[in-house]
Amino acid sequence: MNTAVEIENVTKRYGDVVALSSVSLAIEDNEFFTLLGPSGCGKTTLLRSIAGFEQLSQGDIKLFGDSIVDLPPNKRPVNTVFQHYALFPHLTVADNVGFGLQRQRLPSHEIASRVADILEMVQLGSYADRLPSMLSGGQQQRVALARALAPRPRLLLLDEPLSALDLKLRQDVRVELQQIQHDTGITFIFVTHDQEEALTMSDRIAVMSEGVLQQVGTPRQIYEAPDNRFVADFIGDTNLIDVQVTQVLDQCATCVLPGGASIACNNMAGASVGAGHLSVRPERVTLGPVDGSALQGEVSRLTYLGTDIHVTVALSDGGKMDVRVQNSDSAAIPQPGSTIGLYLDIAAARLLVD
Amino acid sequence: MRKPFDIKRYPGFFPITCLCLFLLYTPLIVVMVYSFNDSNSITNWGGMSLRWYEEVFYGVESQKFKKAAFNSLSIAICAAITATTLAVCAAMAMLRTGVFRGQTLSFALINLPLMVPEIVTAVATLVFFSAIGFKTGYASILIAHIVFCIPFAYLPIAARMQSVDATYEQAAQDLYATRFEAFRLVLLPLILPGVISGFLLAFIISLDDFIITNFVKGAGIETLPTAIFGSVKQGIKPSIMAISTLLLLLSVVFVTLSYFVGRKGQQTP
Ligand SMILES: Nc1ncnc2c1ncn2[C@@H]1O[C@H](COP(=O)(O)OP(=O)(O)O)[C@@H](O)[C@H]1O
Ligand SMILES: [Mg+2]
Repeated sequence: MNTAVEIENVTKRYGDVVALSSVSLAIEDNEFFTLLGPSGCGKTTLLRSIAGFEQLSQGDIKLFGDSIVDLPPNKRPVNTVFQHYALFPHLTVADNVGFGLQRQRLPSHEIASRVADILEMVQLGSYADRLPSMLSGGQQQRVALARALAPRPRLLLLDEPLSALDLKLRQDVRVELQQIQHDTGITFIFVTHDQEEALTMSDRIAVMSEGVLQQVGTPRQIYEAPDNRFVADFIGDTNLIDVQVTQVLDQCATCVLPGGASIACNNMAGASVGAGHLSVRPERVTLGPVDGSALQGEVSRLTYLGTDIHVTVALSDGGKMDVRVQNSDSAAIPQPGSTIGLYLDIAAARLLVD
Repeated sequence: MRKPFDIKRYPGFFPITCLCLFLLYTPLIVVMVYSFNDSNSITNWGGMSLRWYEEVFYGVESQKFKKAAFNSLSIAICAAITATTLAVCAAMAMLRTGVFRGQTLSFALINLPLMVPEIVTAVATLVFFSAIGFKTGYASILIAHIVFCIPFAYLPIAARMQSVDATYEQAAQDLYATRFEAFRLVLLPLILPGVISGFLLAFIISLDDFIITNFVKGAGIETLPTAIFGSVKQGIKPSIMAISTLLLLLSVVFVTLSYFVGRKGQQTP
């Protein structure tokens, strides 16, 4: 497989603010790659660096093997779908979409046919002569996508393109975007702060926090085998239990839970003897009789979620555990106030160092 | 329940409004009306006539006034075009190059001429021209006008450019436009209402200027305001009122244009 983008040790400072701190990443050709992280973690800065709008403080960016850091934005075969679309308000939809083709000096009949094709693809064929201000948010988003795709870039950057859409539309557009990426074969770098969006759409995800890359992996790796507490906590819900690691032998760690029970764990992101954290997803905990359970607590709260019931259990040591019980299993739903035993799915529990 | 605050209900609101409007507009209306007076007197009404307009265009002094009008208009057009171009460049430098050292100082320097008393600028400009040995005449008037028109052109252009998000130009560059193409194809159309307002404002200011022009023009050349002043010194003739009315008409047309351009600009972001 070809590497589309290599980001090597990229650092970007704004005065004292470090927006990106030694980020290194390789993105494969034809990949749907997602940058995920909370607001302000440097996602936009990284995209703008690839597009050519930021002068790096340090590091190099290569596109298909060639360094592009010295090229101005208009010389990079990269297009961007901007966060608020930035559609040219004085140009019609067709002129917006044809803008890049015109700058590439394509013959006008080819521009016309390519614009028509791509507007057809995003189902806006009949809107060609409208101004962007006459379109709905979802339509503007599709024009922005069409405009960025029309010049057939080798790499498409999308900065939170769905954040301005309402929920229902967002779910439809997710599927459309994946389909378009698949059909065009263009490498996508997709930015979002929404972990669900990242999990459902991406081939691979890079999780960032405060300008530092935390973990890169497939949605499954990120969700089931987080490298650290930040990733475990940011992606989905999790219970982080403070444990004492007493022994590490052959990729198997012996952990002592707060209640004193001891368990053996072999799913870990590096472990050493001392304090550790056990991350257990709420759907990997089952409720049962107190006798023989690893942890015990009192049911403090039930939250109805439709398909699931979210059970909050107050542990005897002051901590709390979140448990998800399927709504179909009505026998397993406890009464608030009752004392109950918690059973961890040890194979799915992950031991984290930090 | 207390009535909400409404300035229109204050005692004296109506008389004060009337007084202000009276003081502002009566002189203008008198000049306009008496420009159509058939009598030689500037105070007695002698019936309707267009004789003073005829006098302006074909009378003994018509050559002098036509020449002055030509100077005024050509200087105003050249000065407004040049000042507007420089103002666009200044706005680009101020608003599109990020934060730089001395930004506030630059802003103050661009706008300071608005605060400096005009007579001071006039004296300073004259002293400057004579110090460098520049011959006074058409060129000296033009240069002086370009300079003092810049802040007037700058204000509406900068206000407009500030309201246009820099992301549009970045989107253009992202789509393979050079920096200049991004300016020409995206930023310029979006700030055009501001540019036109700036141009019209500079044009009117230049056309109307008396003090600076009078200082730097030298002998043998007149603009409309200096020619009118020269003529009035020998007594007010009704033909002056006709010229004034024509100038007023021109100003009204330009200000109205400027207003509508500005308003149209607000509708499209
Ligand atoms: N032009 C700038 N000047 C100063 N600080 C900036 C600038 N752009 C971004 N930052 C800072 O860099 C950090 C990362 O910003 P950004 O990349 O926009 O985050 P994200 O897109 O992940 O929300 C933030 O702390 C932000 O305040
Ligand atoms: Mg952002």
